[in-house]
Amino acid sequence: MTKAVITVVGKDTVGIIAKVCTYLAGNSINILDISQTIIQGYFNMMMIVDVTNAEKDFGATVMELEELGDEIGVRIRCQKEEIFTKMHRI
Amino acid sequence: MLNIFEVSETNNMIEQEKLDVRTITMGISLLDCCDSDLNVVNQKIYEKITRLAKDLVATGNDIEREYGVPVVNKRISVTPIALVGGAACKTPEDFVTIAETLDEAAKTVGVNFIGGYSALVNKGMTKADELLIRSIPKALAKTERVCSSINVASTKTGMNMDAIRLMGEIILQTAEETKEQDSLGCAKLVVFCNAPDDNPFMAGAFHGVTEADAVINVGVSGPGVVKCALEQVRGKNFEELCETIKKTAFKITRVGQLVAQEASRRLGVPFGIIDLSLAPTPAVGDSVGEILQEIGLERAGAPGTTAALALLNDQVKKGGIMASSYVGGLSGAFIPVSEDQAMIDAVAEGALTLEKLEAMTCVCSVGLDMIAIPGDTPATTISGIIADEAAIGMINQKTTAVRVIPVIGKGIGETVEFGGLLGYAPVMPVNTKSCEAFVTRGGRIPAPVHSFKN
Repeated sequence: MTKAVITVVGKDTVGIIAKVCTYLAGNSINILDISQTIIQGYFNMMMIVDVTNAEKDFGATVMELEELGDEIGVRIRCQKEEIFTKMHRI
Repeated sequence: MLNIFEVSETNNMIEQEKLDVRTITMGISLLDCCDSDLNVVNQKIYEKITRLAKDLVATGNDIEREYGVPVVNKRISVTPIALVGGAACKTPEDFVTIAETLDEAAKTVGVNFIGGYSALVNKGMTKADELLIRSIPKALAKTERVCSSINVASTKTGMNMDAIRLMGEIILQTAEETKEQDSLGCAKLVVFCNAPDDNPFMAGAFHGVTEADAVINVGVSGPGVVKCALEQVRGKNFEELCETIKKTAFKITRVGQLVAQEASRRLGVPFGIIDLSLAPTPAVGDSVGEILQEIGLERAGAPGTTAALALLNDQVKKGGIMASSYVGGLSGAFIPVSEDQAMIDAVAEGALTLEKLEAMTCVCSVGLDMIAIPGDTPATTISGIIADEAAIGMINQKTTAVRVIPVIGKGIGETVEFGGLLGYAPVMPVNTKSCEAFVTRGGRIPAPVHSFKN
């Protein structure tokens, strides 16, 4: 299983999760875990997703999610999981 | 499972604190390009570099996109050219053609620097070594991306004072040849003692003769991350200070290790080493000088600076070594002047002098780096500076280096602008007493005793 971490940071507004989830469903990316908090009015969300069966190349997914973020007015990053596990797990 | 705090800590390091992978450097052996016909040598060099490194830049960019961590530079280091061109080059001009080939190859594959226009002359110079050294001023003036380094001393063999004397003249000639660009050529020329074979950082990178045919070395960075971590332990004792640096260095290096393994796998080239260096850039918040301030100095150069730097360097190594399977290169804190805003400020305020920088090089990872000096500094004085620095490295069994830029037409207090990662620097005063009778004696300084350490 190839996992990736999607983070969304920005001003809270209606439908952020819906739009991101719709995109993921449309591209056969399965969500494994979601957590979110609101810190000082700012929306912080992290999703762990399975991109094994993703229809598009990973680089393209990264760019499309970034563009989706621009449309909604939030910052969306999609990164392979290893950068976090390497840094925080021995 | 990862939690949101860990993920945002990593992303903060990247977005706010300027964590990046400074360079993926592919080391390429050119020993199989040797030939007695210069045209054949040039052809083989161009063919081999462009074949092995054709996907280097694209791979670096892919890794950057997929992991969300900037991979700032993609570079190449090659076998010291004095060895590769020795059989074919009969004049310095012949060597210049190889420099031009390297430059062409670098442009074709899209890397921003190629290192290895080098000679290893720590004990003696062959005819080819001397021809290469004499070709450096023209080679660096005629090319854009080629970097040159000369190893003039080592702990095992002592100091080659003939080479050190010659390098003083060569540095001045290089400054003269590139005076239209504030003597920029000298920023691409390093004189080493105990040069490492696997250093990924420019301008001193070359691919040592004991290395494999091709190898991937990665240089990590992250002074901003260390500085921000230290903000959390203001006023705390040395134990907490050191633990914080160590843990931060571990995290930074893990990113380098990941990138190195990925690059190695994707390019089908073995992983060599991670160089755990804190490499500053002129950007605010990406500075080793700021770390020294955070440790408790008003400015870099204040009393206590050498101790603070020694502590920093050692903790970076302690944290980084566990994070990577292979560590090499220079590994430590770099203290270039022009590439570090807090160091530039310290010099401009008169807090930091050449002599203090020399003391700092006893405990940092490299040496006198990116220091602008007056253009009318005599060649013998530059040789004297190199000799002092090489002596520190020789006796202390560490790498030391000199990258000074005598800026033609400029004097003390004036500013030179190199641009980009090389930054800008105020011209620093140099002790004006002569050392000519010392450096012109000729011959070698013998290797030091390896016992009776006091």
